[in-house]
Formats: sequence, C-alpha cells, structure tokens
Amino acid sequence: MSQTTQPVFDPNEVVVFSDAMIKQMNEVVNKFPQDKEKSAIIRILHLAQAEYAWLSVPVMNKIAEFLKIQPIEVYEVATFYTMFHLQPVGKHVLEVCRTGPCMLVGSDQLIQHIEHKLNIKVGETTSDGMFTLKTAECLGGCGYGPLLQCRNTYHEHLTIEKADALIEQYRNGEIQ
Amino acid sequence: MKNRRLLLEHVDVPGIDGIEVYVKHGGYASLEKALKKMSPEDVLEEVKKSGLRGRGGAGFPTGMKWSFLAKPEGVPRYLVCNADESEPGTFKDRYLMEKLPHLLIEGMILSSFALGANQSYIYIRGEFMYVLNILEKAIAEAYAKGYLGKNILGSGYDLDLVVTPGGGAYICGEETALLESLEGKRGNPRIKPPFPAVKGLWGCPTVVNNVESIAAVVPIVRDGGDAYAAIGIGRSTGTKLISACGNLARPGVYEIDLGLSVEEFIYGDDYCRGIANGKQLKACVPGGSSVPILPHFLVTKTATGEDRLMTYESLAEGGFSSGSMLGSGGFIIFDEDQCIVRNTWNFARFYAHESCGQCSPCREGTGWMEKVLSRIEHGQGHMHDIDLLADINKKIEGNTICPLGDAAAWPVAAAIHHFREEFEWHIKHPSEAQTRNYGLIQQPVVA
Repeated sequence: MSQTTQPVFDPNEVVVFSDAMIKQMNEVVNKFPQDKEKSAIIRILHLAQAEYAWLSVPVMNKIAEFLKIQPIEVYEVATFYTMFHLQPVGKHVLEVCRTGPCMLVGSDQLIQHIEHKLNIKVGETTSDGMFTLKTAECLGGCGYGPLLQCRNTYHEHLTIEKADALIEQYRNGEIQ
Repeated sequence: MKNRRLLLEHVDVPGIDGIEVYVKHGGYASLEKALKKMSPEDVLEEVKKSGLRGRGGAGFPTGMKWSFLAKPEGVPRYLVCNADESEPGTFKDRYLMEKLPHLLIEGMILSSFALGANQSYIYIRGEFMYVLNILEKAIAEAYAKGYLGKNILGSGYDLDLVVTPGGGAYICGEETALLESLEGKRGNPRIKPPFPAVKGLWGCPTVVNNVESIAAVVPIVRDGGDAYAAIGIGRSTGTKLISACGNLARPGVYEIDLGLSVEEFIYGDDYCRGIANGKQLKACVPGGSSVPILPHFLVTKTATGEDRLMTYESLAEGGFSSGSMLGSGGFIIFDEDQCIVRNTWNFARFYAHESCGQCSPCREGTGWMEKVLSRIEHGQGHMHDIDLLADINKKIEGNTICPLGDAAAWPVAAAIHHFREEFEWHIKHPSEAQTRNYGLIQQPVVA
C-alpha cells in the first residue's frame, strides 16, 4: 500500500546471480522448513538490493525462478514493503526519519537543509548519481533523533553541522 | 541502580553481548534451572503467577496467552518473537536486543520449552538489520555452547531458533500481519478467529510475544513468579522498559518498577531529568503514538487530583475523557513550543502511510484525515473540518480487521478533545498560525 512508484522493466536486462549470491540465498532458504521456502523472500530481496542497489523487474523475476514461485508473488511483496527501491537510486540512499518524535527534535529542518544542500527534493537523486534523499516513517530511534539511515547504519543525534560532515564523508568515500 | 533492575541489570557491563561475559553474570542460569529442575508446566505456572502482561502494547496476560495454545497431537507448535518494533516513540526492544542479545535468546529458549515448541522465530523489522547481525552472532554462540540445537543441556529438549527480517511495514507489528510476512507475503492482517493460538504460522498453533515479554521470562524463572509479582502495584506487576523521547533533558530507555509516579519519571534525577532547555511541559503521549495525548495538567495528576502512576491502570484512569494508556512504553514529551495540530497531522500521515489498504474505512479514512489535518496545519482549514475529523474517526473506529484503524483514530480524537481551542485558533488565524505556536492551553475550571 505504501509504495507508489512503478517497478521498472527493461526487457534487455539479463540477470545472472553470482555464486556467492546463490550461496547466501540458499543459506536463507535453509533456515525454513521444507516447502516453506517462500518465507525466505524478504531476506532475499534485501540481499538482492545490497547487490544491485535497487530491484528491477528482471531481478525480481530471477528471484521468483530461484524460489520456484510466480513472479507476481515477488512483485506483491517488493511493492508492499517500503525498504525496497523499485527505481534506480544513487550510490548512497539517505533516509531521514520524519515521524513525530523526530519532528519534535528538528527532523523537518534537517530534511529541508539536506534538500537545500544537495539541491534535490525528497525522492530525487543528485545529478552525479551520488545521493538519493528519502524520508522514512518511524525508524525506531526516537530518543536519538533527528536521525537518518544509510544502508545498515543509523546516524543519530544529528545536527545541521553533523549532517553536512556526514554527507562529505560519504561523498569522499571515507565511509561506505 | 534504580532504573536498571531485572532486565537491564548488566546492560553497562563491557562485552555483555558476548556469551562468556553473559554467563559470568548469571546468564543461562534460568535455562539450567528450567531444563534440569522444572517441567514446561512449571515454567508456565511461574509466568502465570508473575502477572506478566504483554509488553508490546496490548497488556494481555502472557501466561493466559500461553495457556490458550492448542496442542493437537503430531502438529508442530511455534513461538514467534515480535521484534518489529515500530510504534512511534518506542525504541526499547532495539536497545534490549542490541545490548543484551543473549537475554532475549535465553527467554526464547525458556518460553519455547514451556510451550513445547521445537522451532522458534524472531521476526525483526528490516531497518534493524545491524541488530539482526548481533542476534545471529549470539545465536551461533548459543548453539556452540549447547543452549540451542539437539538435546539442550542433556534434557532431551530440542530447539532451533531463526531470526528473520521484515521489509519496512508498521503493520507487521500486528501479530497476524507478522505471521503473513513471516510466510513471505504482504503484511495484511488476518480475520480472527481463528486466533494464532489455534491457527498461526503455516496454519499451526503459534504464540506471538513481544521481545520484552520474552526477556522478562528469564528473571521470572530465576526468582520465581511471586518475586516478580511483588514488584509493582495491583495488576501492573514487575518492571517495564520505558523509551522516553521528545523534548526531555535526558531521553533514553529506562527500566522502571511499575507504580513509579509519572512526576518522578519525568523530573527525577534517575530518569528523564525534566523538560529539555528548561521549557514547560505542554503535553505527553505516554504509550506510543496510538494512545491518547494528555494535556500538561493531566500528565502527573489524574482529573480527580490523584498522583498519576506508571501503571496500566493509572495511566488509563479517566478513560478517553481524561486518561490514556501505558501501551508500548513509548513515552513522548512535548514542550511549550510544540504545535499539537502539526503533530496530529504528522501522526495521521504516519497511519495513512502505514495502512495496509485491506479495509476501506482505514485505507480511505486515514488518507482523508491526513488531508484534512494538512489543510488545517497549512492555514486552509474550515471550522467544520473539526467535526468532519470526528465523523471520519467514528467511521474508522471498530470497522476494520485489525487495530490500526483504531490506532489512527484515537490520537486524532484525543487531540481534538483536549486541544480543540488550538485547532480553532489555527483555523481562525491561518497566517499567525504559520508564524508562531499556540502555547499552553489553560486547564478548564471545574464548576
């Protein structure tokens, strides 16, 4: 219900999972009882997103093939959960929490500041492909706000100055 | 320490997330006790005696929930830990799992043993992937020590434990949506009955418990249910993790004895140390964003002038007209500079975003409320919008499969009930409302 972006399908895209990726996917599947492989789907989507940065229709089709389920069963999951990017994104996706407790301690101002600094609006990617700015609903760090998530890392207790420094560190490759 | 009693006692010990240090500080002693000296029924009995109530927000007695679990012959039973913490204001489970992963794992083994489950799952929200990594490392340590796997501690009891992530959806904190998600589907809540205790994960009997509830089983088994029940007041027994946030001098996660006064929790030196920057208290949402907001004059005292306590009963004192709920323990404080209209709109936007879309009253109603509140906040509201909101509210409440609809409706209803004059001021003074906040509301004079 939450995602309004359309999945992207390029019929010429050929997806071949690496051996390392297939090994990881099998490890996830093996966590569940036989015939319950479908339970692995969300974690596999996370793995695929870590590998490809975002989930195109051919990537999702390949996951369906791997799990021996219909492609629609992958699409319906990928479009339901907000962590999955269904459109190309920048190298670093900055997701700023915007919900109440973070707003009380300045998330609105932080979002505005990052928009201004990167010269993009929420949902957009910088022209150099370096950053995508998104907002997120409650990230569960309410006492440590304002905060943003980039991949698996939470950056908390942010100020305008700290956010500026953080963005420079990502830009310079000092943090990944 | 006063704010570190049963669950968080060793939270500041360096290396307590590793099994060696955890065991050195008494870790897995409850498990040894249960597997060597107790039957599953004994463990259930202690949990019942403890009076432990579900710590995820609903407050349903855990022992009773366990006793409802169906036990047909030859059918597997499951325990699922709800670690999909996403109620705005709540960040206690993340803290517990990150700092004390083995406490949750020990609680999972104890609880699974009591329920007769041989396969258990921890479903954690996808954003907490780094916490999932911490848990998986701890689970591997527990297997290596023989606390998980086959024939645990020579007892003949087998248990496998798996942790699995969500993908970003508040609704998956609702237990049947969580089970759908765990089965690899969209998180659409199921119609009940049948309840998970009868038909849960893959159609099998399942208990779903919050992280903190499961962790609390460890001290309950260690000290006995009676000792746990001796803490607290009345039906609010034991300790509770409160995640305090908003405009507080010292936000964070505190373990309180239920029965502590709200006054001491907000202003006491052992707890939040008052409002940040010397400001005044304007309002409080004591149990996560879904519970009714209280204006400043109903936070530390009830409408009848009694001291308000941190218990399920005292926070609810006065019902919807002057009370709220303990909920998940997501304790949000608003200072005098905060705008209630803007916050109500923000929460409404959250629920509109997180509605799964299955039931029309919630799918459409949450969106309408968000739009109406947005227009009031942005200076385009009409006086009749306030009644319109109340009307939408009534049409959502009670008309949906799961409680998300109610959770979306209540905060709006409570905000209008207590802060109606602030909403009216916004509508009457649209340009002024864009430049300053309304400030504190006056306590109504009781005739």
